[in-house]
Amino acid sequence: MPDTTTSSPISTTTSAVTAADLLADEMHDVTVTVNGVARSARVPARRLLSDFLRHDLRLTGTHVGCEHGVCGACTVLVDGSPTRACLMFAVQAQRHEITTVEGLGSTPETMNHVQRAFAECHGLQCGFCTPGFVTTITAYLEDHDDPTEDEARELISGNLCRCTGYQNIIKSVLRAAEIKREEITRDEGGRA
Amino acid sequence: MTTRQFGAPVQRREDPRLLTGGGRYLDDLGHTAYEAAFVRSPYAHARILEIDTDAAVDVDGVIAIYTHEDLPGAVGEPLPVLIPHPALTAARTGYPLAKGEVNHVGEAVVMVVATNRYVAEDAVDRIVVRYEQLPPVVGIENAREAAHLVHEDAPGNVSAHLVQEVGDVTSAMAGAPHTLTLELDIERSACMPMEGKGVYARWNSDDESLRVYSSTQTSTGVRACVAAKLDLPLAKVECIAPDVGGGFGVKIMHPWPEEVLVPWASRNLDHDVKWTEDRREHFISSAHERGQLQEVTVGFDDEGRMLALDVRFWHDNGAYTPYGIIVPIITATQLLGPYKPGSYRVEFFSLYTNTVLVTPYRGAGRPQGCFAMERTMDAIAAHLGIDRAEVRSRNFIQPDEMPYDHGLMFQDGRPLKYDSGDFPASLAKLKELVGWDDFADYRAQAEAEGRKVGLGIGCYVEGTGVGPYEGGHIQIETNGRVNVATGLTTQGQGHQTSLAQIVADELGVPIENVHVTTGDTRRMAYAVGTFASRAAVMSGNAVALAAKVVRAKALRIAADALEVSPEDLEIEDGVISVKGAPGSSIDLGTIAVMSNPLRYAFDEAAKKATQFAGTFDVEKPPIGDDDEPGLEGQDFYSPTQATFANGMHAAIVETDPVTAEIRILRYCVVHDCGNMINPLIVEGQVHGGVAQGVGGALYERMVYDESGQLLNASFMDFLMPYASEVPFIETDHLETPSPLNPLGIKGAGEAGTIPVTAVIASAIEDAEGFPITSMPISPPELWALRRAHARKDAS
Ligand code: FES
Ligand code: FES
Repeated sequence: MPDTTTSSPISTTTSAVTAADLLADEMHDVTVTVNGVARSARVPARRLLSDFLRHDLRLTGTHVGCEHGVCGACTVLVDGSPTRACLMFAVQAQRHEITTVEGLGSTPETMNHVQRAFAECHGLQCGFCTPGFVTTITAYLEDHDDPTEDEARELISGNLCRCTGYQNIIKSVLRAAEIKREEITRDEGGRA
Repeated sequence: MTTRQFGAPVQRREDPRLLTGGGRYLDDLGHTAYEAAFVRSPYAHARILEIDTDAAVDVDGVIAIYTHEDLPGAVGEPLPVLIPHPALTAARTGYPLAKGEVNHVGEAVVMVVATNRYVAEDAVDRIVVRYEQLPPVVGIENAREAAHLVHEDAPGNVSAHLVQEVGDVTSAMAGAPHTLTLELDIERSACMPMEGKGVYARWNSDDESLRVYSSTQTSTGVRACVAAKLDLPLAKVECIAPDVGGGFGVKIMHPWPEEVLVPWASRNLDHDVKWTEDRREHFISSAHERGQLQEVTVGFDDEGRMLALDVRFWHDNGAYTPYGIIVPIITATQLLGPYKPGSYRVEFFSLYTNTVLVTPYRGAGRPQGCFAMERTMDAIAAHLGIDRAEVRSRNFIQPDEMPYDHGLMFQDGRPLKYDSGDFPASLAKLKELVGWDDFADYRAQAEAEGRKVGLGIGCYVEGTGVGPYEGGHIQIETNGRVNVATGLTTQGQGHQTSLAQIVADELGVPIENVHVTTGDTRRMAYAVGTFASRAAVMSGNAVALAAKVVRAKALRIAADALEVSPEDLEIEDGVISVKGAPGSSIDLGTIAVMSNPLRYAFDEAAKKATQFAGTFDVEKPPIGDDDEPGLEGQDFYSPTQATFANGMHAAIVETDPVTAEIRILRYCVVHDCGNMINPLIVEGQVHGGVAQGVGGALYERMVYDESGQLLNASFMDFLMPYASEVPFIETDHLETPSPLNPLGIKGAGEAGTIPVTAVIASAIEDAEGFPITSMPISPPELWALRRAHARKDAS
């Protein structure tokens, strides 16, 4: 005998809206500092930070590859720490400082050391995973000026890339550290 | 002095944009569009009894809810069989929305359009579908047994059965001094691009035109299907592939149900509509690949030379066959790799199962074929006690036998005829790179330390750059900017750089002036798509041909103006000058002005082309009889057959004697894709391919339970390699130019992936001393194999 089965867990006889749904839909005014600028929008409580950045603020450099916290494509810096924007609500970002890839360098001329290293080392192919790597690596190099190759590999092992096989990303990490050191030496030289 | 770009490791021109958040992927477009979400079947095989959408209609923000009944005309008909084949006797395709029956978990049943995706998903949750479950067919064995059928009218669950034979295998096998039979098994994996699929459609009711953006590997293919389904004139439909976050094959399949439904809904609702696939949808409603059971019998002489090769395999094609039987055909033909089989018979059955459909994934049937062939080579070597590399070299097609015709029909319906390649040279390079001859010492040393290591090898040949054609269009603007268009699409291969390199050389212009557009039907309406490692070969040669057309025109106009013959002219850095007389010169931008006689001057430069500028011969018409205005031209490249790249990989693995953990210590690649346009990009392609191969060899599999549920449909559970799992890849290249095309290039996109499963199996077998016949392999599986073999040895 074949089974006859109903797929939806929600019965048709009850009104399907629950209190939790109402809370989720409740609108909030959110003000978040994004790339140094205070940005405000009115969003439902359930609005993900990734969607808020991408669709409300139209900063589409932050990408979404899984929406369950595994791929790292959505990584942004929250008060300087790499954070998965798909695992955070926009309302939670209130009073925090967010940096997206656009904030690290939004034009070819203003690319930071990590972005420049990726361009030099062919550290990206389709570019979809790239912003998540760039934000993660930038944060790491803030307090590690000369990582080893093993440390570079470890550093990027929380982000998925389906195109590059990671080898050139590791190369990019080492090169980015080098560029940063060169910049510091140059600046110090300039001051001396 | 213009330096030659072809062959140089030019930094990618698309990168600054992609690195600074300037990429525009599908979901970066259409912020105000309505968004779609789907009710998808939770069952692998079921009849739909009733769909109740009442509770969803009232959800605030829901715009429309569609089931199959709502789909008019061709929109409601089955999706096309893209690649018909005489052996595909029972082709079946799904409907954009299921009609009466579902055949895999994830099949779309109801479409919801709402003001945004959150609301659309709320509505999806409130739709109730009643199903009558039918017995599901899961796994190749069950499909083959056919106790139950996926499609009532596809007996034995067979969609296609194909036999090809060259020579007399039966008598060659009977006469062979040795024969061996191998039973092999390779599991499913999937492309898994970081960006899923997506479609964004903008219907313009004022002029009744439609613009479709799709994250696709073929914008011309999608355009043609959408126009046909929506009964629109082709001229009213344009399709654009924006930046695409990886494809690897899954996006060459088209039209996906959503590629029909989203444009249709946009027209129906007279509003922009977008659908962005989420990760779970990608797992359960896009495509997978690889799954095959194989049975290989080989006859060989005392030297290990093959006399007869008899292969049967069973290919899991999933629930439907819209992409035909390309994957098993490629397995059947490319299995032969660099070897001469003596005589060859191959037979396959392509089987329906109640699982996600199977369409090409990077390598497209070749990893399976390579696995079968290379396992066989190792088996012959083991049987005769001959070195594994030596057995391979004894079976190689020799360079002086090129071009070599296998006598089979390839995936393009043309002969499987290798154009070039030097397999002995490739093998010599590989042995050198990995230290083949020193491995025994290395192993002895490792064993002394209580470690287990193994060396593996795998060789392949890859037919790349299949036709039918691609085109190139080039236009030079009055400021010297060179616009290049080709119709195939880009998913990370760097076409904006590699194609610009080719054009810069051909035209003699700085690469900075060259701007390449791909995958936009507004710019190039004739194209096929990006698959089969064909973009560099096809579009590379097409833009080179187009550049020659434009160059000839520029020289002709300049020759007139400078009153010399075109042969006396050269172009460097965008300036045409008389050879040996650099003083008399004229830049390409000025030629562009002169090529287009004007009535109206739109800027300073354009004044020179107007009627009172006195720059023309009054005896001649402004545009000559067989001439056209503008400094532009196009041409198409259409080869008679594919070009064949090849490569050989070797790996050293270590297996933990206690935990059976498998570690790749070294991974070496020798690769021959003919002349390399950009070695940086080729390396990158190889790295990425190997990483996907490693995933397929050790980690990735689609775990279906017996009811047809995909148990690991998330990145948490489907183990794609991170940097921690991918070894450092050592590469060396050989450049055997293809004689088939003017640039001498062969494709490189898939190469890295093809032999990895075979190589890792070979290395683990070498480390462990028992045959590895089933891949991918996990530590628990290896551990179980060890126990089984220990028991066997003990008894
Ligand atoms: S999208 Fe946030 S981790 Fe994948
Ligand atoms: S560059 Fe494509 S996913 Fe990393």
